[in-house]
Amino acid sequence: MLLITRKIEFSASHLYHNPAFSPEENRRVFGKCNNPHGHGHNYVLEVTVAGTPDPATGMVLDLKELKEILQREIIDRMDHRFLNYEVPELAGQIPTCENIAAVIWRLLEPRISKGKLHRVRLYETPDLFVDCYGEPNGAGSGAGPGAEKTSR
Amino acid sequence: MNIHLTRRYSFSASHRLHNPALSEAENNRVYGKCNNPYGHGHNYVVEVTVSGVPDPATGMVASLVNLDGFVQREVLDAFDHRYLNEEVPLFRERVPTTENLCVEIYRRLRAFPAARLERIRIEETGLNSFEYSGEPLGSTI
Repeated sequence: MLLITRKIEFSASHLYHNPAFSPEENRRVFGKCNNPHGHGHNYVLEVTVAGTPDPATGMVLDLKELKEILQREIIDRMDHRFLNYEVPELAGQIPTCENIAAVIWRLLEPRISKGKLHRVRLYETPDLFVDCYGEPNGAGSGAGPGAEKTSR
Repeated sequence: MNIHLTRRYSFSASHRLHNPALSEAENNRVYGKCNNPYGHGHNYVVEVTVSGVPDPATGMVASLVNLDGFVQREVLDAFDHRYLNEEVPLFRERVPTTENLCVEIYRRLRAFPAARLERIRIEETGLNSFEYSGEPLGSTI
C-alpha cells in the first residue's frame, strides 16, 4: 500500500462565536478570534489517499482527478469566503480548524473513486494544524445523522 | 469525529553528549563533535499532538490557551535558554540526546488534562527529527 498526498491552499475568513454564551464568555473562551468583524488565514490542506498502484498505470489514483475534486469540493466552496456565513456545511458549527477538517473529510471521502481517503491535514498557520482520519471504525463518510450530531 | 491537533513550539538550549561510563576516546568516537566539553546549542522545534472529539460548544479539541500555558509551564520554562545537562534534573543521569528529550517531554506533557497526548515530535535542526508516541500498554519507558 502507498500513501499519496496532494497539497492545496485556500484563504478564508472566520470568527468564533457561540450564541449560547454571553458576550463575556465568548470573549473569555475565544479571545481575539471572537472579533465580530472576523479575521482570516491562508489555510494549507494536505489530502492523503492510500492505495495500491494500478499495474496498468502505475498510479494509486490520477492526480489530475484528485486536483479537480479538490478544486470543486474545497476551493470553489471555501476560497475567499467568510466560512461562518458562506459555507452551508459549517452552518451551526464554530469554524475551528477541527470542524473544518471534519467537514472536508465528509466532502472528500465519498468522491475518492480509487484508493481510500487516509488523512486530511489542515494547517491554519504553520504552527497549528489538525489531522482527521475519519471515524475510528471506518464507518464510511460520517455523513450520517449520528456523525452530524457529534460535531454541532 | 476524532481529531488530532498539533501545535509547534520552539526553544533554544545547549547540551553535551557525553557518557561518563565510557572512556574519553570512546565518547569521542560515539558522539563526535557533540562531545565537545563546552557544549553546543540548537533551536529545537517541538510538535505536540493531542487528540479528542471537538467540544460542540467550542469546536475545539482543547483550548489553545490551556495547551500553550501547560507547555509553557512544563517544558518551555524549564528548557528554554538552559544547559540541559545541568539544569534539567533527568539529564544529570541520562545523555540529553533528542531521543531522550522526546521521551522526557512526553512524560512531562502526558498529564495534560483536556485531551489525550498522542505524540511528541522534535526537530533538533531542520534536517533531523525524532518522534515518540509512548509505549504500548503494559510496558515501561
